[in-house]
Amino acid sequence: MKFETVIGLEVHVELATDSKIFCSCSAKYGAEQNESVCPACCGMPGMLPIVNKHVVDLGMTAGMMLNCDINRTTTFDKKSYYYPDLPCSYQTTQWFAPICVNGKVRIETENGEKFIRIKQIHMEEDAGKLVHDDWTDTSLVDFNRTSVPLIEIVSQPDLSSAKEVLAYLERLRNLLRFARVSDCRWEQGSMRCDVNLSVRPEGSDKLGVRTEMKNMNSLSAIERAIEYEVARHIDAIANGTEELVQETRRWDDVKGKSYPMRNKETAGDYRYFPDPNIMPVVIDDEWFDKIKSTLPEFPEIKEKRFIEEYELDEKVASQIASSRAFCDVFEGAYERYPKAVEIANWLISDCSKILNRKKMTADMLSINGASLGELIKLVNEGVVNRAGAAKILDAMFDTDIDPKAYAEENGFIISNDTGKIEEVIKEVVANDMKSVNDYKSGKEKAIMALFGQAMKKLNKNCDPKTLRELLIKYVDSI
Amino acid sequence: MNKYITKAAESAAKAVVLDDMILTVGMPTTAGSKMLDGYNSLFESEAVTKLKSAGYGIAGKANTGEFGLDFLGETSHFGACADESGNLISGCAAAINDGDAFAAVSLDTNGTPRRAAALAGLTCLKPTYGTVSRYGIVPAACSGEAVSVTAKCAADVAEVADCIIAHDFKDGTSLPEEVCNSIKGNIKQGEFKKVAVIKNLVDSADSDTQAKIASACTALNNSGIATEEINDEILPLSQSAWFILMSAEACNNISRYDGIKFGYRSPNYKNIDELYTNSRTEAFGLLTKLTVLYGSECLSDDNYMPVYDKAMRIRRVISEHLNSLFEKYDALLLPACSKTAYSEDEVKSDIDTAYNESLYTAPASISGVPAVACAGVQFIGKALSDKVLLGLAQICEKEA
Ligand SMILES: [Zn+2]
Repeated sequence: MKFETVIGLEVHVELATDSKIFCSCSAKYGAEQNESVCPACCGMPGMLPIVNKHVVDLGMTAGMMLNCDINRTTTFDKKSYYYPDLPCSYQTTQWFAPICVNGKVRIETENGEKFIRIKQIHMEEDAGKLVHDDWTDTSLVDFNRTSVPLIEIVSQPDLSSAKEVLAYLERLRNLLRFARVSDCRWEQGSMRCDVNLSVRPEGSDKLGVRTEMKNMNSLSAIERAIEYEVARHIDAIANGTEELVQETRRWDDVKGKSYPMRNKETAGDYRYFPDPNIMPVVIDDEWFDKIKSTLPEFPEIKEKRFIEEYELDEKVASQIASSRAFCDVFEGAYERYPKAVEIANWLISDCSKILNRKKMTADMLSINGASLGELIKLVNEGVVNRAGAAKILDAMFDTDIDPKAYAEENGFIISNDTGKIEEVIKEVVANDMKSVNDYKSGKEKAIMALFGQAMKKLNKNCDPKTLRELLIKYVDSI
Repeated sequence: MNKYITKAAESAAKAVVLDDMILTVGMPTTAGSKMLDGYNSLFESEAVTKLKSAGYGIAGKANTGEFGLDFLGETSHFGACADESGNLISGCAAAINDGDAFAAVSLDTNGTPRRAAALAGLTCLKPTYGTVSRYGIVPAACSGEAVSVTAKCAADVAEVADCIIAHDFKDGTSLPEEVCNSIKGNIKQGEFKKVAVIKNLVDSADSDTQAKIASACTALNNSGIATEEINDEILPLSQSAWFILMSAEACNNISRYDGIKFGYRSPNYKNIDELYTNSRTEAFGLLTKLTVLYGSECLSDDNYMPVYDKAMRIRRVISEHLNSLFEKYDALLLPACSKTAYSEDEVKSDIDTAYNESLYTAPASISGVPAVACAGVQFIGKALSDKVLLGLAQICEKEA
């Protein structure tokens, strides 16, 4: 008997907002424990939720990137369950009228392209974190992440293998990062997913028993977990090794096994009801159009355009199109100085080197594109040399500087002042007559030492050709 | 007599007493519950901030039934408040009658401030929903509860109400500034011509209460306002519908008191489930427990559509019905409660009292329209008619 796997995903993505969804606390990752908290996100009585508009902006953006219909009137609901990391004992989420419905995402598979339907995207708040203190053997709660805005992207059960799941997740991540909806970092928990999976005999129109694995937080773990679950299901159906039950399971990536969760929190009557403190959010045409107009081109369209319009080679185009920040800098630079291939090289080699050194990802590139264009122009016109340009580029990573002004202030402009060059030559020669004599006695290479010393004195900011000519002329004259 | 849960130090300023659902800094806020015994809020309610900046002093935190769900404070963890003859009186009303406070600001979740005023011979305004910020009150039933003002007469009520009626960006249901401002200013006399007396609700009350309705009618008629008796079968539906909505919302709001972060924590637990269960079991009174159970049941998968959703549909029916009544009548006259006095013992021996008596208060709670209790009776008007209702109260006060 042959089997087919049916998988649907619920993907949670933390939104890239500055503040939390209902209060003004910072939503930035990495604060000290319980540093980003206030009475509202600690569940104290008396605070009322005020929806952060940027959350709705990003929810809408995500929906548009995933080809969803946007609900022009969207509402928030309360979901009740008890857990110490949930300070109100309810989570504010969207149950009855989520912001986005009916989307689709294209993925590439071995058998060509495939569309994965999106059931809905809803906005909600994240929960806090329990931290176990081994010394006192107690659990402590960190509320930093409570009320950090999330979207949950719920797919239809259209995926049929671990490979497709990975392709879908990569595609989601790429689109959402491109639209700056989220930084989608698995390792920081800003992207995580629940996997709903069942197996049935091929061709059967009846779904098998479904199990859910919650809170998966790495692609490799997801791949292993799906492969394990599929094998377990098939074994159960084909060989009767166990009776499958609909349940929530926990994946143990170290042991490579999934286990049923016996926790009551999975029991699931969440007693949803509309939050009376939050008026329905009405998205008018003006708001809708504003978000629509800020949508980026899809990465594959950009890539194609880079190849056709700018004549970049395929590999380079795909490298730049993999990051929204690279694209923005590239296009900004091109507008200032239309030399596509050179700009691409600067991005892929020089900029990437600095990013690596600073341990930053491509998406964190935040230099001004026009400035990069200007810098490349300065190099090409012989105003600064490569060494000076490297230092200027470095400074551009720290603040938004004007490369020309910065070069002038810091002495990176190549000197064409022959008077000054001649002065330096005289000085160098006076201090190293030995090299002069060696040169004159036929050791041609001796003049290289003089050239090096003069270059150093000039901070390398002179045209080497000019220096060479003036040096030979002077040495010959004495 | 348990008038206060926390009494403030003497203050020279004109004092307002708060019920203990209103959060204050510097004085604990208990919501009448053992769960919040000694709870100190990190921030104060918008209403208190407004009162203080207008120069009012705070007399203290008056006794309050647990989470404001009961009839008249009988479920307070700190003991009920009763007069010498053993009749219940609200802490706020007692503070005004004893001259400690000029007015009271209290939360009307299940009608308590209105019936407290009716029983104590005071005047109370439950303003139009959304005109007074609910920022900084201990929440129970957010969709209908309102911060209310009680004082000896309509003029005093209007003075304090004008101070706290305002748009507040911290409350997402707060009405726009210009709407809030539109109901500030003088009490309006002479705008109303015709008041409907809800006969079936009057008939359900005792003869003393009926007599109060009759004198209110006389006072209105003497001022040239016509009264017309009508039977209305829709308004009583508010009672069970509001009870469902209130219980569900209260259950949800009260779920934050889990013994983890603040409030009472039982010393008896071996694991997290016992911590939750024992803390809540030991800290909540019977009425709160029943509300939590009932509210939870209303929201369960099986009951949501036939119970909770239906109650929300009834809410819309009642609002539309009230709108149609207000096309014919300027206001409705009905009792605030079914009797003119309740002994502590009789209320405590019948836990259904709060539900039974909400028959009269639920219509305004569920629909958010303003209501005024005065001279032992209650007026309900259309949204934003607050000052006109206080005008009717003034007429009845004069006669009484
Ligand atoms: Zn906060």
